[in-house]
Amino acid sequence: MIRTAIAGTLLQLLHLLVALAAAPLLLGVTRFAKSRLQSRRGPSPIQPYRDLLRLMRKETVLAHDASWIFRATPYLVFSLMVIAAGMVPMFALDLPLASAGDLIAIVALLATARFFQSLAGLDIGTAFGGIGASRDALIGSLAEPAVLMVAFALALVAGTTALPAIARFVLSGGVGVDVSLALALIALLIVAIAENGRIPVDNPATHLELTMVHEAMVLEYSGRNLALIEAAQMLKLLIFVSLVAALFAPWGLAAGDVLDLLELGGGLLIFLLHLLVGAAVIAIFEVSIAKMRVFRVVEFLGAALILAVLAVVFRFVAEAS
Amino acid sequence: MLTLTLLGLLVLLALGVSAPFIRPDRLALRLVHGGVGGVALALGIAAAIRLVAGGEVSELDLPLGLPWMGTHFRLDDLACFFMAAINLAAALVMVFADGYAARQPEPTRALAPLPIFLAACNLVLLANDAFVFLLAWEMMSIASWLLVLANHREDESRHAAYVYLAMASLSVLLLLLAFGALAGIDGDYRFAALREATERPPMATLAVVLAMLGAGAKAGLVPLHVWLPLAHPAAPSHVSALLSGVMVKIALYGLARFLFDLVGAPAWWWGVVLVVAGAASALIGILYALMQRDLKRVLAYSTIENVGVITFALGLSLCFRASELFDLSALALAGALAHALNHALFKSLMFCGAGVILEATHLRDLERMGGLVRRMPYASLFMLMGSLAASSLPPLNGFVSEWLIFQTVFASSALHDNLPRLIVPLMGAVLALSAALAAVAFVRAFGLAFLGRPRSVEAERAVEPGGTMMTGLALLAGGCLLLGVFPVVTLSLAESAAHGVIGVSLPAGAVGWIVLAPLGSGGAAYAGFIVFLALLGLAVGTRPLLARLWAERRRRAAAWDCGFPDASPSTQYTASSFSQPLRRVFGTAFFRARETVDMPAPGDARPARLEIRLIDPAWDWGVEPIRRAVEAATLRLNATQFLSIRRYLSLMFGALVTLLLIVAATQQ
Repeated sequence: MIRTAIAGTLLQLLHLLVALAAAPLLLGVTRFAKSRLQSRRGPSPIQPYRDLLRLMRKETVLAHDASWIFRATPYLVFSLMVIAAGMVPMFALDLPLASAGDLIAIVALLATARFFQSLAGLDIGTAFGGIGASRDALIGSLAEPAVLMVAFALALVAGTTALPAIARFVLSGGVGVDVSLALALIALLIVAIAENGRIPVDNPATHLELTMVHEAMVLEYSGRNLALIEAAQMLKLLIFVSLVAALFAPWGLAAGDVLDLLELGGGLLIFLLHLLVGAAVIAIFEVSIAKMRVFRVVEFLGAALILAVLAVVFRFVAEAS
Repeated sequence: MLTLTLLGLLVLLALGVSAPFIRPDRLALRLVHGGVGGVALALGIAAAIRLVAGGEVSELDLPLGLPWMGTHFRLDDLACFFMAAINLAAALVMVFADGYAARQPEPTRALAPLPIFLAACNLVLLANDAFVFLLAWEMMSIASWLLVLANHREDESRHAAYVYLAMASLSVLLLLLAFGALAGIDGDYRFAALREATERPPMATLAVVLAMLGAGAKAGLVPLHVWLPLAHPAAPSHVSALLSGVMVKIALYGLARFLFDLVGAPAWWWGVVLVVAGAASALIGILYALMQRDLKRVLAYSTIENVGVITFALGLSLCFRASELFDLSALALAGALAHALNHALFKSLMFCGAGVILEATHLRDLERMGGLVRRMPYASLFMLMGSLAASSLPPLNGFVSEWLIFQTVFASSALHDNLPRLIVPLMGAVLALSAALAAVAFVRAFGLAFLGRPRSVEAERAVEPGGTMMTGLALLAGGCLLLGVFPVVTLSLAESAAHGVIGVSLPAGAVGWIVLAPLGSGGAAYAGFIVFLALLGLAVGTRPLLARLWAERRRRAAAWDCGFPDASPSTQYTASSFSQPLRRVFGTAFFRARETVDMPAPGDARPARLEIRLIDPAWDWGVEPIRRAVEAATLRLNATQFLSIRRYLSLMFGALVTLLLIVAATQQ
């Protein structure tokens, strides 16, 4: 009993450390792959680590009007992302934190982070903060129900919304190629792109005022606060890549006794593979499509919502017949 | 317990009757608010204890009222749950009211109806025959009408109170007919008789539809919600909190009492109707909330959303019950009840907070607020907690009940009938959309009121009031946090009530102090306490950790704003501009939102204007035609007021003959 508790805690700590360490790498590799695809040299994959370090050392400049909400938001958003990351299986399935929240709880934690980030955008009282918060609200209000519907489709297949249980069900080979799972996967991918502010929804590299969404919201942040927000954003990308991997391709993740080092090592290798594939997919997708204008995003995300609902309906029809 | 409760209600009635005679006013305010708060607290705690301890159903018949019937009272688990929920919320609101009401222009006007209103609400819960039920229901309506009229010198209040009275009368009329249809021509109006009826009366379907409409009109279900966004903002803030936290719950109790208890085993379509009506109310309510500029109207429309969520869960519970899946039915009912309690707390908090803003700034218009977080630090913290709860975000209490309701939606594939199997997931998607939009609505309401720079002189000069007003807010916010971190408190109450109604318990270990696992171990789980601890630990611990690694240097400077220097506060985003993208996406279909831009020609000095027009379809296509028809009919009938005696007599004779003919025809 005590032994499993200690082992579980150790595994959870290791999981969080790996997540924190891998998140900047994922972004770095994505940027690297993207610039190579665009025939640029691009910065090295470890550039995000250097950026975070530089921001940590820099002086923090706060606007005169910044309230305690503006100052607390980076810490809150970062903490929420860490907790959510702690619940998503990355290299091992049986995380203690995974029993503290299911897929819906993870979506809600991300929504709470969005809530605070939007408030911080409104806090300084500039038009850019408002434009970012308002547009992010539009994206979020369509993306969140789509994820919930994906969770619904998965719950219909696996009978639960607990992530390890869904992954186990997929591992057990209980599902073959399934139309509703495919639709759910596409919906989740679209949401992942939108939630992380990638092209075609938002351009993470832009600093052109009128096209910014996420960047406009965090425009007033600097120094350590900005570092935390950026780290949270990197974690979010990692959460979505791991989520897709854990739900749709959980093969090879450490599933048995948590102290089996060989299995953990295998899980870590698979995790690294997931990151590389994820980075490559994002990079290829981003170079092959142009950014949409804001009101086209509604159709893009609406498609995700409809696909997710269709996934659920197909599943019902399949069960009824 | 039942006798003591009735005595408590008598104390409330006595307080209400004597309130106008107490001098001086300050003493009257203290006595009434203290008395109501004390009685409500006692009732709430007693009901909660009885529910957890699992007391017996108690009944009491008194030889009062109608001579051939008497009056019947009963206290069972369902009534007990609602009694605990509304009285605890009301007691906390009374703490706020003690400080708030004294600052009103005519503070004593709301004093007499206030205790009577709460007594009537409790009496509805205790009623065990249709007569007591309808009498208490009507008392509740009239007392709350007087409360809405407290600021009677404002046209807005008078109009709102008039519309409210009309809708409340409609509600009681529909319920009266519903009971009539259920009991039959020579029926017995005791609830015990209705409950024990072995065969369902022929007009039971009609009774169910009438009850849904009657209770729905009182609860504010779309499209019968038109009174709610008028009455809630017009009333003083503590009254708004009571209307939204207490009275709307009583209406939902009426719905639950009728459908789960009185009519017997449900048909499959009852639940479907409620699920669709609930989801529609949730979505349309929150979309309206997003379009409003008036803070209290935003909150009122959000009440419609939450009523929709609760109705949705009630309907889902009925669907499961019709499929004889009793454990899932109990779970859905527990979710509905838990959300009712949670909503009572966080919406009371939000309305009281709006009252604090109103006191500090005399503003309700979001577009003139801004920057209040610096002037009102405590109120902003409490309102932030309320906003998180109302947006159903962890670790506050609103999330727990929504999470539970989503879990039951996800289990809906077990339903037997095909139509609900298809409709419930679709409506679940609508519910998910409205939950996401609720977060946007409260980011908008909180962000524009408290953050940014002040948009008016009033907001710039706001002074945070102290005293019992803030104590009330603090208690309500503390309640929201407590029930979010330890949802076991809410859910053990809701579980007992659901057990009393459905007769089935949730699986063992479903509701623990740390982990909620409603579908049994191994299924989906949520641990609010762990999430809260982790969040607190990480958010507080990260800062010193980082400061140890790299010394922190901080400086205040002008906002960067992409290099625009010294912009005026009017360049900030406003309430209308914040919701512009959503208005464009959803508003054009639902509300026929139209924007007209009046741009002056170059050289013309007049300001440019942007005008936004929205309609409320329920008002324009529902209420307005009926109002016009009634007005036309009354104008026609006006002529009959000035007839000669001869004509009146012949009218009466004609009516008599017609009635006799109808009786003769139906007796055949």
